Amino acid sequence: MAQRVAIIGFGQTRHRSRRDDVNGVELIQEAVRAALEDADLTLDQIDAMIIGNMDHFEGVNYVDTWSVDGTGAYMKPLLKLTTGGTTGTTLGIAGYHFVASGLFDTVLVVGWEKNSESDTTGAIITCSDPIFDRFSFSGALPGLAVEASAYMKAYGITQEDAARVTVRDRRHGANNPYAHLRTPVTVEEVMNSPMLSWPVKLLDICPRTDGAAAVIFAGERKARRLAPQPAWVIATSVRHDYAYFHDIDYTRMHTIEGAAKELYQYVGIKEPLKELDVIELYQPYSFAGLKWIEALGLCPPGESPRLLWDGVTDMGGELPINPSGGVICTNCIGATGLLRIGEAALQVMGRAEGRQVPNVNLALATGFGGAFWSDMMLLGRRPW
Amino acid sequence: MTNVAIVGAAQTPYRRRRDDASLAELVHEVTVAALADAGLEMGDIDNIVTVSNDFWDGRTISSMAVMDASGSSYAGGKNVSTVEGDGTFGLFYGAMRILSGVYRTTLVVAHSKGSEGDPMMITNSMFDYIYTRPLGLEFISSCALQARRYMDKYGLTEADFALVSVKNRRNALRNPYAQLAGELTVEEVLASPVLADPLKRHDLSPISDGAAAVILADSPVALRLGRKPVWLKGGAFCSEDHFLGDRDLAEAPALREASRRAFEMAGVTDPFREIDVVELYDACSYMELLWLEEMGFCPRGEGGTLIRSGETAPEGSLPVNPSGGVLSAHAVLVAGLARVIEVVLQLRGEAGPRQLGPKPVELGLAHGINGPCGQSHCVLVLGA
Repeated sequence: MAQRVAIIGFGQTRHRSRRDDVNGVELIQEAVRAALEDADLTLDQIDAMIIGNMDHFEGVNYVDTWSVDGTGAYMKPLLKLTTGGTTGTTLGIAGYHFVASGLFDTVLVVGWEKNSESDTTGAIITCSDPIFDRFSFSGALPGLAVEASAYMKAYGITQEDAARVTVRDRRHGANNPYAHLRTPVTVEEVMNSPMLSWPVKLLDICPRTDGAAAVIFAGERKARRLAPQPAWVIATSVRHDYAYFHDIDYTRMHTIEGAAKELYQYVGIKEPLKELDVIELYQPYSFAGLKWIEALGLCPPGESPRLLWDGVTDMGGELPINPSGGVICTNCIGATGLLRIGEAALQVMGRAEGRQVPNVNLALATGFGGAFWSDMMLLGRRPW
Repeated sequence: MTNVAIVGAAQTPYRRRRDDASLAELVHEVTVAALADAGLEMGDIDNIVTVSNDFWDGRTISSMAVMDASGSSYAGGKNVSTVEGDGTFGLFYGAMRILSGVYRTTLVVAHSKGSEGDPMMITNSMFDYIYTRPLGLEFISSCALQARRYMDKYGLTEADFALVSVKNRRNALRNPYAQLAGELTVEEVLASPVLADPLKRHDLSPISDGAAAVILADSPVALRLGRKPVWLKGGAFCSEDHFLGDRDLAEAPALREASRRAFEMAGVTDPFREIDVVELYDACSYMELLWLEEMGFCPRGEGGTLIRSGETAPEGSLPVNPSGGVLSAHAVLVAGLARVIEVVLQLRGEAGPRQLGPKPVELGLAHGINGPCGQSHCVLVLGA
């Protein structure tokens, strides 16, 4: 590695279901300004920019070049990345490589989405293979519903167990002034919400949000000079899987298992439940908050409901998950993964205000997208 | 920057329509061929950068369609990231993932099937949906504005541009991968149907199907392999304004800046004397002249003089696009990676009938563009 890397700034918009007051470029600019202000930098001090979203939501091709007036990337190196739901974490991981390579010292990464301008299912459905997959895995819901069903059957998980995950995240979201959904809900309310695709109900799943997030990565010397407590990038890992939804083994979350194992081995983590201090989990629906934390090694398969009902993952618990309210409260897709990274960084920096977990030394941010892909970034108070 | 080498490369022949292969099959074809070229197996590849575009593929998360084909699910899953711009940008990001010290061997693979989409609609979508898209601007009409401005400002003529088409289509006769090749005359170019004044059919690149793959490795891996590595000596990318009305289209400041940085990194002080071959992104004939000026190979406005001098022919002192360039095959996104591969073949002395000589080719430049009228440029300097 040419140099160590840290996050020194994070900005986000106030997320809403519909932002009629701004166009896409203006929405992007809001997040960029917020991140620059947060890091106390000016645009001149940014060496390169990376941007991402999912093109078919807004219907803009080559978003990187179209949005230059919003990012401020005029006469700067500019790259567009997109990997579906993982776009935000893909962006963050690229920011890390840009700086770690030694070619750039300060890199601003932007993820955004204006979901209100799209037909969500219409935009997502074309990710499935048109001949073999699209008739059944049509849009975001079916893959998740298949996963939830397989998981419930294998371990006797109930819909109430999943509802407890939503209850947690919605309660946490009330502490986050930027969150889209800020009202707590009860298990009964989740159970009584409309069924979308069995067993997934309206309150089990994330909303569609207009919003943007920007994160600034810097090399070691600059990070130490500019930030009182940078959030150091300790390691990143990524696992991709098959191209077809029907090829995936839904009884386990293999990509999280693989990505987590790589990180834990790198850092020497043996008991993640004890050693991690907070997780910002890309959890697009409630059942993921059970099955996927098992894949993260927090407990044996099938035993996650106990952690949830015992409050282990609540604020004040042993390992709080999604202090920000997570994806269940805010889902501006191209920004969602980057929000996980930015929120995890705030926790490490000790600047998460009303949603701060005390004494965070290690924070894990994850991303989910495509055909059950997983991204991870581990942030720490000290450089590795 | 001599720590990253190109150790494997492969491309499909470029054709108007590849009905015999899906996108995934095209990607598989070049992935397997690039691995064979490098003497590596999929197990030796530790990360993948795919290059694709949701609009050109008509699929959201377009990379998903080529996951299996690029090896993403191999051995429990790989780290994949997806760049949505020209292949040169994807290659540069792939190189950064090695320079960061995290990975040692990166597969960069790009695909595109122009035959399956509507290029007018797809390129119209890169313009702003409020201000410029309704004008009907798309690739050809926007390039026509640029060509006209270039003629007006510096006094170049349509005949100057025609010379580029004549040269590159003739060069393509010696390139079995090229799609359009032939002995054209200036008169034939000038008499070909006008598509958007001053651009005529023979001033424009074709619509193509194809794929290309490059394998990058760090120096210990590159030196261990039997084949002579091609080193990435310098590289840079840069974007300027988006709105055409905000730009002087007879200039490409982003290319000037990217070239300056890439040459500086590679220690090139006199590009005309030091560079042995240029493969640049001539999506239209005039681009070759404008880009050469902004790269610093001749003074501004002298592109016409340069092409008339014959110096950019294969037997001249600065051969430009000996492969026939993008004018002879234009698989979007792939075309920049094809430029890289053509330079690699020249540096290895493996370019077959289009091999330059007798003087050995030691330093080459490959170039790619992104956005309307070359808003963003990537310049790579490669050396033996």
